[in-house]
Amino acid sequence: MSLPDLLSVLAATLRLATPLILASLGGLFSERAGIVALGLEGMMLAGAFAAGSVAALSGSPWPALAAAMGAAILVAAIHGYATVSHRGDQVVSGMALNILATGLTPTLGLAWFDQGGQTPALGPQQRFLPIWGGQSLLVYLTLLLMPLCWWLLYRSRFGLRLRAVGENPHAVEAAGLSVTRLRYLALLLCGALAGLAGADLAIAEGAGFTRDMTAGRGYLALAALIFGKWRPAPAFAACLLFALADALQLRLQGVVLPGIGAVPVQWIEALPYLATLVLLAGFVGRARAPAALGVPFEEEK
Amino acid sequence: MRQTLPPLLEFVVLPAANLAAALGITAILFLAIGVAPGTALGTMIEGAFGSSEGVGYTLYYATSFIFAGLAVAIPFQAGLFNIGGEGQAMVGGIPIALVCLALPGWPWWAVLPLAVAAGMLGGMAWAFVPAILQVRRGSHIVITTIMMNFIASALLTWLLADILKAPGDPSPESVPFADSLALPVWDGTPLNVSFLLALGVAGLAWLLLNHTVWGYELRATGRSAEAARYAAIPAGTVAILAVCLGGACAGLVGINEMMGVLHRLVDNFTAGIGFVGIAVALMGRNHPLGIVLASLLFGALYQGGAELSFDHPRVTRDVVVAIDGLVILFCGALEHVLRRPLAALWAA
Repeated sequence: MSLPDLLSVLAATLRLATPLILASLGGLFSERAGIVALGLEGMMLAGAFAAGSVAALSGSPWPALAAAMGAAILVAAIHGYATVSHRGDQVVSGMALNILATGLTPTLGLAWFDQGGQTPALGPQQRFLPIWGGQSLLVYLTLLLMPLCWWLLYRSRFGLRLRAVGENPHAVEAAGLSVTRLRYLALLLCGALAGLAGADLAIAEGAGFTRDMTAGRGYLALAALIFGKWRPAPAFAACLLFALADALQLRLQGVVLPGIGAVPVQWIEALPYLATLVLLAGFVGRARAPAALGVPFEEEK
Repeated sequence: MRQTLPPLLEFVVLPAANLAAALGITAILFLAIGVAPGTALGTMIEGAFGSSEGVGYTLYYATSFIFAGLAVAIPFQAGLFNIGGEGQAMVGGIPIALVCLALPGWPWWAVLPLAVAAGMLGGMAWAFVPAILQVRRGSHIVITTIMMNFIASALLTWLLADILKAPGDPSPESVPFADSLALPVWDGTPLNVSFLLALGVAGLAWLLLNHTVWGYELRATGRSAEAARYAAIPAGTVAILAVCLGGACAGLVGINEMMGVLHRLVDNFTAGIGFVGIAVALMGRNHPLGIVLASLLFGALYQGGAELSFDHPRVTRDVVVAIDGLVILFCGALEHVLRRPLAALWAA
């Protein structure tokens, strides 16, 4: 592989890692506060659909960005209502929202735009185009958000409380803080970041929403988070690894490997999922999750 | 605390109220896409039950949902959430197709037992990977089964693109099975003998779960793996077997879809049935009888939805997927919301 080839693979990796990193940042806040972030996929899908719709209607990517965050926050709020306010099963709720988003987005898309469930193709003014180094604004925003979120989680008072809620909510309550409020705030951040991830897919990386356009990236982001043992830096590394597998997938198609022959497209497509499985099985082992993750919290009366 | 309700409320009134809430939101969705909810409901009920053809289709869809629902419910009773029914059904379909393609001249009743065994083994094998990873390595089964779904989809597409594709046929499907292998159908509908198989499997699951020592161990593991271990129950082995048994049930979807209707292996022949299984299991409270009833309801939803899309070009199968999500939300995640007022009403 020549140097320009290598650079283009690296650029593609960064581009493809952006939605994964944004989503896993969102998942980080949610899971560290003790709420399973299985609904990332649905939040991203809702965000992507809202971004595609609003960009097509308004003609500008900025209101689309806001709409994407709003839609994903709405999904996160439903998750909060079910699991924080009513102590419903977090995994079931996340799965329900993912399936709901899978069905709802093409249904509304078909009703609003009559294009088989997708949103209209977007022109250059309606998207975030590459601004420098072949990367869009959202890529740079993500690079900025990474240290910012790290600071928020590890160096701010809010972050300390958030992590405490995920480890021992009863202690947080005994300190006079509202567990419910902190968990809703975590979900708000999660929704906003997952919405950005969806917007990146629909109006930066792509030119409009297409059905199922997240294609499991929400699950991959969650897997990266678990693989990173719920810490930001290793989770980002895992996101980059998945993105590299994805970038190589585009390169490897049609390439003939010695002794194997042409690698079937589907094998390469399965690579990120297979990598996730192997990583979860081999390296994480029994990683220590936030102690209160997935456990419904009941306020003392 | 979770209030305990009398059985009538717990198993009839509460699920009905949750379902009504989900359908209420569905009505709003119909309004949003410009379809009158009343007319839509009429069309769906008429389509699902109004003719013998409609009933046939409803029961045909229900057949696959029973298999998919059991695939979720049996591991759930052991405390594990198997989201991999979709992939397990896909992979179960591959050996079913191989058995059918290998025995062209045989009568269907001779091939059926072999195909059933093949499908169960295929689904089991695909379920075994996440099961053993969960028990031995602590890899979360929800994530691993989702990954296995994606891998199954890639595997099936690859097999149909490169290995099993019918020569000269542009679409990704295998050569048709011999005519002698087609399962007998009812009155020109896709309803076939797999429906009886599904009822039999549900009955066996009920016997196994509620009337065997092994079923007792399985449910005990689900209640508390710690306590089960203390009682000398091999909780890990029990959990692996429960997930594999779920996979075996999922593997039977291909019997209904391929030997009953498609008569060949087709790419993505499961078309989301595995995910409907989650809704069916939650609505049926993970009880085999409840699953059969919930499957009938979802069968009616699917068939009614298909009828509806003839009248309204803006209504597609996606609407039913959205309803699927709403039912999981209301019957699963939001089940406590209505439980409290119901309990208060009961106490009053």
